Amino acid sequence: MADSGLLPSGQKRIDSLAVRGIVKRFPGVLANDRVDFDVKSGEIHALLGENGAGKSTLMKILYGLYQPDAGEILLNGQPIEIRSPGDSMRYGIGMIHQHFMLVDNLTVTENVALGLRSTRAPMLDLEVVEARIRTLTERYQLQVDPKAIVGRLAVGQQQRVEIIKALYRGGALLVLDEPTAVLTPQEVAELFAIMRQMAREGHALVFISHKLHEVLDVTDRVTVLRNGAVVGNVATKATTRRELAQLMVGRPVTFARPERPEINGRVRLRVAGASAFNERGQRLLDDVTLEVHAGEIVGVAGVSGNGQRALAEAIAGLQPLRSGTIVLDDRTITEASASDRIGMGIGYIPEERMHDGVVKDFSVSDNLILRDLPSAHVARNGFLRFKSVAERSRKLISDFQVKTPSLETPIKNLSGGNIQKVIMARELSLKPRLLVAAQPTRGVDVGASEYIHDRLMEQRAAGTAILLISEDLDEIMQMADRIAVMYEGRIMDIVPHAEATLEKLGLLMAGVVPDASDVEAVPA
Amino acid sequence: MCARDPAQNPIAMNETGLRSWTDRLFDFVPQVVALFGALLVGAIMLLLIGVNPWEAYRAAFTGVFGSKNGLSDMLVKATPLLLVALGTCIAFRANVINIGAEGQLIMGALATTWLAVEMGSAAPAWLLILLCMLIGFVAGGAWGAIPGYLKARLGVNEILSTVMLNQIAIQLGFFLLRGVMMDPAERAAGTNLPHSARLPAVADLPRFTDIAKSLGFTQTAKQLGLDGMTAEFYGLFAEPTRLHLGLIFAIIAAIVVYILLWRTTVGYRIRAVGFNPAAARYAGFRVRAYVVLALTLSGALAGLAGAVEILGLHHRMFEPTSVSAGYGFSGIVVALFGRLHPLGAIPSALLFGALLVGGDKMQRAMQIPQPLVTALLGLVVLFVVSADYWTKKRATRIHVKREPTPAGTSASAGAAAD
Repeated sequence: MADSGLLPSGQKRIDSLAVRGIVKRFPGVLANDRVDFDVKSGEIHALLGENGAGKSTLMKILYGLYQPDAGEILLNGQPIEIRSPGDSMRYGIGMIHQHFMLVDNLTVTENVALGLRSTRAPMLDLEVVEARIRTLTERYQLQVDPKAIVGRLAVGQQQRVEIIKALYRGGALLVLDEPTAVLTPQEVAELFAIMRQMAREGHALVFISHKLHEVLDVTDRVTVLRNGAVVGNVATKATTRRELAQLMVGRPVTFARPERPEINGRVRLRVAGASAFNERGQRLLDDVTLEVHAGEIVGVAGVSGNGQRALAEAIAGLQPLRSGTIVLDDRTITEASASDRIGMGIGYIPEERMHDGVVKDFSVSDNLILRDLPSAHVARNGFLRFKSVAERSRKLISDFQVKTPSLETPIKNLSGGNIQKVIMARELSLKPRLLVAAQPTRGVDVGASEYIHDRLMEQRAAGTAILLISEDLDEIMQMADRIAVMYEGRIMDIVPHAEATLEKLGLLMAGVVPDASDVEAVPA
Repeated sequence: MCARDPAQNPIAMNETGLRSWTDRLFDFVPQVVALFGALLVGAIMLLLIGVNPWEAYRAAFTGVFGSKNGLSDMLVKATPLLLVALGTCIAFRANVINIGAEGQLIMGALATTWLAVEMGSAAPAWLLILLCMLIGFVAGGAWGAIPGYLKARLGVNEILSTVMLNQIAIQLGFFLLRGVMMDPAERAAGTNLPHSARLPAVADLPRFTDIAKSLGFTQTAKQLGLDGMTAEFYGLFAEPTRLHLGLIFAIIAAIVVYILLWRTTVGYRIRAVGFNPAAARYAGFRVRAYVVLALTLSGALAGLAGAVEILGLHHRMFEPTSVSAGYGFSGIVVALFGRLHPLGAIPSALLFGALLVGGDKMQRAMQIPQPLVTALLGLVVLFVVSADYWTKKRATRIHVKREPTPAGTSASAGAAAD
């Protein structure tokens, strides 16, 4: 097999792919600064870096979406040019995107066949495709039923369909872009097994991530990017989490759980028996009962789409309940409008920051008053008070260290971290008694992340009740006093921090109530 | 496009790092180029039918700017255009598209006529005029609220519903004018034309001429020894033209709409709903209510245009489509040319008033078929609307160039670099 230079999928092996001195400029930004990077057959190579470090730019160059301003790409030592995704595919490069490119109501086979020339054109050749899929799934141990409807598969299985697609199309080198973001810990373990199997078969794999423990788990080598430049290239075995973090951020980072005084606050938020449905009658919340005390951070863990958003919106007054009650302090607010709840002191940092959290085309200063219009310092008799708003905005921007050219800059021109700081500034300026923070650090660089966590701890110390919804278990473990795990709209369990382990949470996230034997069976 | 609008962010004025006024002036370059491009293509069309385009355009230009009547006609036509355009601005800012200004204008005109004829000379002039304008405003608003409500409650596409309501308004107008609102004189004479009775003279909007007279401008330009352009301008006031007070009302309305949109919380909410309904909902705004409000206000301004046309110009209601005269559609283009800004709509309305009058004069002077003039105006619309693409593109470029990039992540490149 190795001698023929062919992979089990029948594709020619890529012995090595190297980029040399790649430079890519965007107006005002040097996205890739003389980047050297190479990956060999049989190797899993991590590309590690914060958001904006230039990982995706580099991958888009390999995929033919961008052309480099300087530098060259060598395939098995020969310089090549990749002008389009078609070129890239012909050279044997396959991409597994973070967001799946699948048609939900088609079968696995149909999804794979989509866009390929049929051997029996103009008729479809689904049996041929299916047969090949079966060979591939056996060879690479990707258990997926080719006849299954994609929309009914679990997220982890859908990802396998993406991998099958890439293999089917002749992917000898596979790029996996943040593939674990949507998976449970168990699904991550399975994905890693598949990745190792592919490497053994002679594929070259590039694993893009900013999660250090995953990089340490599965890869052979790590290339670290910071501000567009390569700042380190190390063998995974020879490095540590601390070293990688320092390379990635450019300074030492602590992972310690912040010191915290004991809470003895009274119950601030009580959600009791809450159920909710969407317009199509699908159940979003299923008898959710939850309490948050003043000065407490309750983490809500779960795989995306298991009711976390509905829970946050129900508390904020944006999702009506079919049954159940919501009580803030001693007041039942189940029927109160969203704007009334803002007035009662419910702050809400929504997970879809650009979609819900800000009006992109409004200025920074206009966005700072978005949820504060009724306040006397914002408007009087229905007329906006520009002076007072500008003064306040200026203060908030400096207090929260928002980097913006001016108050009048449209907020869409700020980086993700700075937009999140603006949202944070706005919600905290409302002096919330309860803060619902959904994915507050997703897509935010480590620096801004730390800052946001510090602010949350400050709020906790000041007696704010905080509901922290996050898909990042590290964040939940680091911040929360108690951890509620959601699965299919239900709260599976609420675990005190001291009793929480990744395994236990992982099983709960998958809808399994763990007993002792299960916990031991899953590797850390 | 709207985000860089200086007026949208009034605090902008004294912040550093902002675009200079010359920069903003350049935003209009593509529009002006488009205008000339349209005229160029029009020239080819004129050549093809054997008309000298230079002479045709000159006839149009002198037709508008060469006589006091031409100038006054331009302003008279600019008046309803401006009012309709203001309504369009509000609707567009809320991200709803109101194609129903024709119908709303007709409803305003009908209501105004009805009230004025019913009340006769019972009320003093100022009160009658005020009430008539108010009822026109309300009637147009009601006609705009219908598609607003349908959209908010049932998700009915407002483009379809407003277009359909135009037809209903036109037929309703004919129905009333052939029935209860018909001029008794027509009925008596047996001609039965669909005209209303003439409004009582007290309901006539004062003309500039009358105001000038009452202020003592009794001398003509010649008596003053003024010549040329100056004389024409002076003549606008001192010699009888059709120019009426509606123009002033329309300009005041533009200022009010500007204040509403950019200085009040209601306007802030309308714009937030237009830019991002999800964020508006999250902010606790009643998104549907603001959609209804925007369409209602939009319709109300068109209704006001109808009222002003009746009170200031026609003094009676006749064929609905002749009263609306396509202003309901041209007004949308005026708003777009004015970059959906209430104050930008003022020069834009003047320009389109000039185009309408100029087209008319050109047709008469050069014996050009009317459809060709219509086609010419259509070309202008097409070119101007397309020009917006270039303005937007330029705006993006400027932003990328200007904004400093904090910590290597900013501007549009921040997204690209990730």
